[in-house]
Amino acid sequence: MRAEPLLQIQDLRLELPDGRRLLDGVTLDVAAGQSLGVVGESGSGKSLTAMSVMGLLPRLKAKGSIVFQKHELLSMREKERRKLRGSQMAMIFQDPMTAFLPVRSIGAQIDEQIRLHQPLSRHEARALTVKLLERMGVPDPEMAARRYPHQLSGGLRQRAMIAMALSCSPALLIADEPTTALDVTVQAQILVLLRTLREEGAGVMLITHDMGVVAQSCTHVAVLYAGVVVERGTVVDVLQQPLHPYTQALLAAIPPLDGPKPERLPTIPGQPPVPEARPSGCVFSPRCPKVRPDCAVRPDMIEMGEGRRVACVLYGA
Amino acid sequence: MIGAFLSRAGQMLLVIFGISVLVFSIFFATPGADPTARIAGRGASPQVVARIRAEYGFDRALPIQYVRMMEKLFVTRDLTSYVDHGEPVVPEVMGAAPVTLSLVLWAAFFWVGGSLLIGVASAVLRDSWIDRILMVLGVIGLSMPVFWLGEVVNLFTQSRWHDTWMFSWVPSLGYVPFSQNPWGWAKALFLPSLTLASSFIGLYARVLRAELLGAMGEDSIRTARAKGAGPVRVWLWHGLRLSWLSYVSLFGLDFAQLLGGGALLTEVVFALPGVGRLTYQGLATLDLPLIMATVMYSAIFVVVANALIDGIYTLLDPRIAGGRNAR
Repeated sequence: MRAEPLLQIQDLRLELPDGRRLLDGVTLDVAAGQSLGVVGESGSGKSLTAMSVMGLLPRLKAKGSIVFQKHELLSMREKERRKLRGSQMAMIFQDPMTAFLPVRSIGAQIDEQIRLHQPLSRHEARALTVKLLERMGVPDPEMAARRYPHQLSGGLRQRAMIAMALSCSPALLIADEPTTALDVTVQAQILVLLRTLREEGAGVMLITHDMGVVAQSCTHVAVLYAGVVVERGTVVDVLQQPLHPYTQALLAAIPPLDGPKPERLPTIPGQPPVPEARPSGCVFSPRCPKVRPDCAVRPDMIEMGEGRRVACVLYGA
Repeated sequence: MIGAFLSRAGQMLLVIFGISVLVFSIFFATPGADPTARIAGRGASPQVVARIRAEYGFDRALPIQYVRMMEKLFVTRDLTSYVDHGEPVVPEVMGAAPVTLSLVLWAAFFWVGGSLLIGVASAVLRDSWIDRILMVLGVIGLSMPVFWLGEVVNLFTQSRWHDTWMFSWVPSLGYVPFSQNPWGWAKALFLPSLTLASSFIGLYARVLRAELLGAMGEDSIRTARAKGAGPVRVWLWHGLRLSWLSYVSLFGLDFAQLLGGGALLTEVVFALPGVGRLTYQGLATLDLPLIMATVMYSAIFVVVANALIDGIYTLLDPRIAGGRNAR
């Protein structure tokens, strides 16, 4: 890693009160100016990881370590964390329709976040809101600020959501499937927007299940499977030379753009493990085509080069 | 905007007209009952009966009887109660209205304040023993009949413990007009309104608790926390804002119903000369003009209050107002 990481998650574990394990050792980091794509199928713990960083899971006790700007978040007092939330780290949610309060105008909700963290008057906050909306490419931002969420289109709502997240210039921006609810053209615009932000120096953590989105807008990628990070590296490395059998299978399941259309897309046989019956060894071993007897022990992350890591016995010494 | 207002007003008039026809037919067009005799009261002289018959047009067709009745109620306002020695009925109802209004306003103040406090507290402390105790208290309040509670309150504050330091301030039963003595007005209404509110506090706290807990699971509440809002702000500013709607609609209906005479039992028990007590008197003496007047008064209140609540609704939830702009 060249730069000091902005966010460093070490061996993050999350358990339900009844002992079922949801996250089982998530390790990843994001540096300023980097955009990390966190990929994995539904239920692999992508959103839980993001929520743990934001501290939005008050009922679950997280173990491990989350270091943000050299501060350990997990041992930080709630009051201190609240100051970071929204100002130093901000989150964009998947569905901008339900994520906004339906009964107050968009502008009022962005003003609120600004005024929570900065000593500005109502008037100054609104001026900043309008400026942010304008920067997000919202036409007629002053009018848009006075509108209610249901009066805006999905794309505009998501822009407003991003404007709100950026209102206090956060160092880290977490985007939880920001484009899933949008159509493809709007999706592309939003991704360009995220890329611009990253180029301006923010760290971005983009959660998605769409490899295309990762290829378009991320610099790094972390592959999550059943609450464990199985592979990390730059986008180019991981997408062109996947090492972990899971990543390989995932990429093989994407339909090819050219050439003859395959009769059937390759699928991964079996189901991801449920939290109450997770394998003690490699989490992917029950579905892995290359499974070996030594998969019964959880493999460590093996460093394969500059920032390239994989957790698989195939690459052991 | 003006068009919507006018159409709403038209709807209200139509509903009130319907109610008046219905009430009129129940009391005056029921076969086998002679309204003349009822209005005149028992033992009226034949001259009085004849005069009433001519005055109300009971010897003519039903529509004319209806028009006469409405004219007497709303235009000339000289509907008189023969049972009650020729007392004009409309001023009587109008005179009783401020009493009921005062009582219900005080009660609403207590029940909104109390249920907000209890509802929010038990939602925040959900499943704790405080939550359980509050909810049980609510059910107790809900299930105590208001006339019984009122009598018990009277028993203790008016006779048993009236001379102790606790209740020596309690004035004797009855009403003191605000214009005459504001402090006396407040004192006279304190216990009656608290009694009336007791059953509502439990119900409203329960509704609010359920709504609030539902609202707190919404995505927008998660957003509020992600913005860095503290727990007080999240609960009171975001959570309550989302859970107001059913609370407000419930409140509107109950409030209108009470204003229209629904506080009858409380008014009778505490000897407050309000609309409810008037209705009670009318029913007890079968005073048809009085019943007609109080029922129409109450119908108008409920209809107007409903329209008001719809207005407040659109203020509270912009999604309801913008039918055209939505999507």
